[in-house]
Amino acid sequence: MIRYFKVAVFVACLVPLGILGWGAYHGDLGANPIEKVTHSTGDWTLIFLLITLAITPLRKLTGQLWLIRFRRMLGLFAFFYASLHLTTYVWLDKFFDLHEMLVDIGKRKFITAGMTALVLMIPLAITSTRGWIRRLGGRNWNLLHRLIYFSAIASVVHYLWLVKADIRKPLQYAFVLALLLGYRIVNWAVPKPEPSAVRNTRKGPPEPLASE
Amino acid sequence: MLIKKAEDLKSSEITPKSLYMNRRAFLTGTALTGGAMIAGIGVREAMSPSVIAHASANIDGIQKSSFSTSEKITPYTDVTHYNNYYEFSTDKEGPADLAKNFKTRPWTVTVDGLVKKKQVLDVDSIIKLASPEERIYRHRCVEGWSIVVPWVGFSLSELIKKAEPLPKAKFVEFTSANDPKQMPGVRVPVLDWPYVEGLRLDEAMHPLALLCFGMYGEALPNQDGAPLRLVLPWKYGFKSAKAIVRIRFTDSQPLNTWQKTASNEYGFYANVNPNVDHPRWSQAKERRLGEFLKRPTLMFNGYDQVASLYSGMDLKKNF
Repeated sequence: MIRYFKVAVFVACLVPLGILGWGAYHGDLGANPIEKVTHSTGDWTLIFLLITLAITPLRKLTGQLWLIRFRRMLGLFAFFYASLHLTTYVWLDKFFDLHEMLVDIGKRKFITAGMTALVLMIPLAITSTRGWIRRLGGRNWNLLHRLIYFSAIASVVHYLWLVKADIRKPLQYAFVLALLLGYRIVNWAVPKPEPSAVRNTRKGPPEPLASE
Repeated sequence: MLIKKAEDLKSSEITPKSLYMNRRAFLTGTALTGGAMIAGIGVREAMSPSVIAHASANIDGIQKSSFSTSEKITPYTDVTHYNNYYEFSTDKEGPADLAKNFKTRPWTVTVDGLVKKKQVLDVDSIIKLASPEERIYRHRCVEGWSIVVPWVGFSLSELIKKAEPLPKAKFVEFTSANDPKQMPGVRVPVLDWPYVEGLRLDEAMHPLALLCFGMYGEALPNQDGAPLRLVLPWKYGFKSAKAIVRIRFTDSQPLNTWQKTASNEYGFYANVNPNVDHPRWSQAKERRLGEFLKRPTLMFNGYDQVASLYSGMDLKKNF
């Protein structure tokens, strides 16, 4: 059952790309198609990052343990859209001008932040396999994958720093991210009253992923 | 041989509006093929009909201007559906719809400050002050995109001369409409409303500075700044104030809205300058709407005739 559901989620995650592709095919991406592709892939990166970060709080609050089985896929889709976003920058904005890009990364704060966000996602994507979880061990794996917090923060900062005056949209992302990270901080700071043996749901990934 | 003078050639004769409005249909399928992209050909450049027509003229007696560029005019739908007009929306595709019911008549413009003839003028009487000219100008946004637009209007100097500025007057300040009932954008304090812009008097008197009330041979669409706006082709687009309600002559430099918002990023002059970057992005190149490759940005947007206005000034400081 969950396998079919996974296929459905996978297809759903490709819908934003499909919409862009459809628009490009029909010349329907507006007056500045390249800007539209850049903005859209950036938005979807942030949305997937936030959905990924929402899995653990949702799982704990609702007790729906199966949710964890979608986390890897969602995280990888965040990386997928981030890669497309980077591609639009490298290809459509800078036309592979390495020098110009290096200048940008060093000089433009919002590019620095965006690059940081993407680079932090790379080890997470690489170590997302079962083999890597085994090799690293659940504890180290969990520790490494906390990088997603910093990647998400850098992503939101990237967005905040690039807008001209209207910061409403980046602030919405920042607000959701603050909730998701705030939940974790509270969870970590407030000592658990029940014995740890009763619940083993604190750190999710190795156990459910292994059951795939 | 019969050579039709440019003035005789009605813009409506070139291509019917319905045809060019539909141009996207021509592009279907082939528009974004990888080949064209890799080759770096401007996609629409390659595909669209070679002649871009104007709408059927409803402004009579439009004269051609020697200031016009012969570059390819940006399609009407792009100019009307992709522009910054924060009074309606911070989304560039928003103003087209949100401004469609904006009332541009009756409309008055207050001319005051350091002038002999302080007065409140009806916009229709302003439009009749001089004969309308078509000025096909490059228009460069501070964000890094550009368009080519056939504006209709006449030199701002025509109005200024009639107002008779006093010798003390050194600057002109322009105030845009600020109507929360009709403009959803001003209900949000994204900028400090109303929108204010300013020019040095000699800049304002430069013949290139256009007092604009039309484009593509028609009255200015609401989303592009109707009924009356400025067009200053050598400056970034935000200097060209829209929906002007007040023109005030002063002896001190006006504080324009974007400078007030972020003085480290937007100055008073805002001349197009590829050598002075916006703190957050380069201004060396621009994307002309409809083109795939970015093109280099020109000093003063290619309008070198204004250079003498700024001789001796440090343009890195006076950005």
